[in-house]
Amino acid sequence: MKITFQVNGVDREIDAPPMKRLLDVLREDLRLTGAKEGCGEGECGACSVIIDGEVINSCLAPICQMQGVKLLTVEGLSRDGRLDPLQQAFLECGAAQCGICTPGMLISARYLLDANPRPTRDEIKEAIAGNLCRCTGYVKIIDAIDRAASTIA
Amino acid sequence: MKSILSVSSCGFVDDFLRIEMAVGQNVLRKEGFEKLTGAARYVDDIALEGMLFGKTIRSRIPRGRIKAITFDPDYDWSRVVIADYRDIPGENYVALIENDQPLLAETEIRHCEEPILLIAAESKHEAEFAARHIGIEYEESHPLLTIEEALNRDEIIYGSDNIFKSFLIARGDVDEGFKQADHIVTGEYRVPHQEQLYIETQGMIAIPGKDSLTVMGSMQCPYYVHKAIKQLFKLSDEQTIVIQTTTGGGFGGKEEYPSMIAAHAALLAHKAQRPVKMIYDRAEDIAATPKRHPGVIRHRTGVMSDGRLVASEIDIVFDGGAYATLSSVVLSRGAIHAQGPYRCDNVRITARAVATNTPPNGAFRGFGAPQVAFAYEMQMEKIAAELRLDPLDLRRANMLREGDITATGQRLNWSVGSEDVLNAAVERSGFVGKRRAISPNNNGSKRRGIGLSFFFHGAGFTGSGEAKMKAQAGVEITPEGRARVLSGSTEIGQGTRTIFCQIVADELGVNYDDVEIEEPDTSRVPDSGPTVASRTCMVVGRVVQLAARDAKEKLIRFVAERFGEADVKLIAGWFTARGKRLASFGETAREYANLHGDLRVYACYANPPGVEWDDDTYTGDAYPVFSYGAEVAEVEVDMDTYEVTALKITTAQDIGRAIHPTLAAGQIEGGTLQAVGYGLFEELVWERGRIVNNRLTNYIIPTSLDAPEMETIIVEKEYPHGPFGAKGVGELPMDGAAPAIASAVFNATGAFMTEIPITPERLLKALENMPAPQSVDNHDQQ
Repeated sequence: MKITFQVNGVDREIDAPPMKRLLDVLREDLRLTGAKEGCGEGECGACSVIIDGEVINSCLAPICQMQGVKLLTVEGLSRDGRLDPLQQAFLECGAAQCGICTPGMLISARYLLDANPRPTRDEIKEAIAGNLCRCTGYVKIIDAIDRAASTIA
Repeated sequence: MKSILSVSSCGFVDDFLRIEMAVGQNVLRKEGFEKLTGAARYVDDIALEGMLFGKTIRSRIPRGRIKAITFDPDYDWSRVVIADYRDIPGENYVALIENDQPLLAETEIRHCEEPILLIAAESKHEAEFAARHIGIEYEESHPLLTIEEALNRDEIIYGSDNIFKSFLIARGDVDEGFKQADHIVTGEYRVPHQEQLYIETQGMIAIPGKDSLTVMGSMQCPYYVHKAIKQLFKLSDEQTIVIQTTTGGGFGGKEEYPSMIAAHAALLAHKAQRPVKMIYDRAEDIAATPKRHPGVIRHRTGVMSDGRLVASEIDIVFDGGAYATLSSVVLSRGAIHAQGPYRCDNVRITARAVATNTPPNGAFRGFGAPQVAFAYEMQMEKIAAELRLDPLDLRRANMLREGDITATGQRLNWSVGSEDVLNAAVERSGFVGKRRAISPNNNGSKRRGIGLSFFFHGAGFTGSGEAKMKAQAGVEITPEGRARVLSGSTEIGQGTRTIFCQIVADELGVNYDDVEIEEPDTSRVPDSGPTVASRTCMVVGRVVQLAARDAKEKLIRFVAERFGEADVKLIAGWFTARGKRLASFGETAREYANLHGDLRVYACYANPPGVEWDDDTYTGDAYPVFSYGAEVAEVEVDMDTYEVTALKITTAQDIGRAIHPTLAAGQIEGGTLQAVGYGLFEELVWERGRIVNNRLTNYIIPTSLDAPEMETIIVEKEYPHGPFGAKGVGELPMDGAAPAIASAVFNATGAFMTEIPITPERLLKALENMPAPQSVDNHDQQ
């Protein structure tokens, strides 16, 4: 099945079985390996991407639903080799340790800040509750999102 | 270290050379950019030309024999490659301590996830499809599934008594101690399996060469994999190449198991003569890979009326699972930590690891210590409750201080931050006032509680481990004018790459940005020992520092000869003499390389003088030094649902020196939350030797909403033999949260929890059985 969609601002066309997971299309067909598979059942959030302004688990979405959508992955955050304010805050705050949850965490944070540019710490916690991290205890991730919000605003 | 400190005290050499120490600064993580942009390559992100996908066929019975394996004739078997134990060129075992675990089962099955066959196919789907056409018939035997069953010896599955290993630690005269005691307090504590739950599952790629074999993947210990592969494939050191790819968490779970999956991928690659990738899905990863050892720990403590401990008898039993793997060393660490950071002149600790027909348990952050820490801290709570003593006073009265002697007879000569951490945690949290404020009529539907724990953790290998290991690391001065760290220690998120570069920058006297680190590839870096045991910073970091010191001396001699100067220094990237700059580090490195070739300097670890351990008597310096922690937990218990919410944790940890305060705090916060999971949520459910909740849907780890507010205080009681004073930090934070939370639950509800996790079901049961603490067993009544 042919699908055309926009990934990180670039028009892409792929030919894939309709029920192929979006995560696999990104990783295998488009070689965008930033989104990770941590569980394959929508629990860990490592595969999070933004589709038309909504954050989803790409391991649960079949490619046949992606016709015409605009999709943002972690690879679309930095521009010309420069980190965006969220990534910069993650780096400075020590919010990425092993880094495997980081792409999904950044996507959930991006989604939050787009909708709510000055979130409280509780709102940040709520926004990343679907993204599991086993390294940080979440403290520095929450700090980083908080810092990014104040940088952007 | 001295030279650095004296330079530091100068501050300025001239107007331009300002010393910026990297150690103690929150420099940016070396591999941060790649991790933040999605560019970092984890093993599953790598695709190679002609690569096949591998799958493991495992046993489905806990104990028995394979009677027959049948391959459905309707399936076209030319589509896949199948490997079994007969394809192994060397001997069929995964090299570790005992070499008792086969790479693939031959006939005997000892646990439900025992690997039997391997399949490689063009796609994951094809491998799965082929697997459905294989039938295995078994002859089942009665399995031993619990510690009690193993100890009953109705069946013998290992040696003559089902015991992998036992230890005895004895000090003083315990019987005499109990005679003196005013009170005797007994307790029995149970701790569960725990899954590491790194978010990146285990994975490996094997690439067959002409007469070599390369494996790359997610791992903590490249040289463990190297050793296992060499033996299995009858290859030399040079023919075996092991490369660590960016690793998405380890927590001990990628200490020993990667040897297994690497060798499975390698066997398929060897047979297919094509690269083979194996990636476990979450279900297989939870089901088959090692867990934290569950255990039963019994305490019998003789106490004087003023709270002084005068006798302590502790019995530990850990469930090792089906093979010996690392159980002996996990048990050893557990036994050595069992008395906790408390003085007692009369101690007897007995410890056993038993065999059961469950998947082998193994390394998990803390390595035996979190289990015994829950027990010794709950025992202190029980002593305080039974003797009506203040739990804080009780700890202060017995805590190990500098000059005190531990259960193994180790005199604590340096870097004892025990009192500092306890004071810091208690003061910062407002423990005393809050505890007093919790009304005795704490009877509402939501009850608050506050509790504390006090703990310690030995850094580095136990006993003679480091002296035998002789960890190596090196520093290379590159022709490009940079310094490069050479070490087999791996980055698994904890910051190895960053802190090693900081240590080298300051030891050499160059900028952090002028130091880089070699990829962990066994063909390029020496064996620094495994990345485990809180040893990376303290032990390997020290070796890295010594190598840098040697490299610096060589360069200084080179510059001194070249310029005819006597007192040459390397400061802030410049060689100077008599307050004048002679040459930059970069140009000197290039010149040196032109004249003499690359400069590579290696160093090797030796224990500090006076650190001695006797394996036969289990006495002496179990570790060169301990790190110390104290933790205060505040909880709320919902008396309608019995759910416990961890509201806040205040923790103070003495780690000698924080090379990178942000990374160190990250270790403490992350380890603390893992320990909150251990205390409150994480429980594996077993049915006939198999885990039935092997999914993230039903094995619950803390989310951001479960995480308590955390306040972290780093205490720096410098260790004179660590790099810039540093000691271990990785595991210490895993020890304290479970008992602190249980202490707070006790404070909130009066329910004394002897088992974790404190699930609503378990708390309900404990409340129904109240009052829990039994009456004081007075000495005269005996």
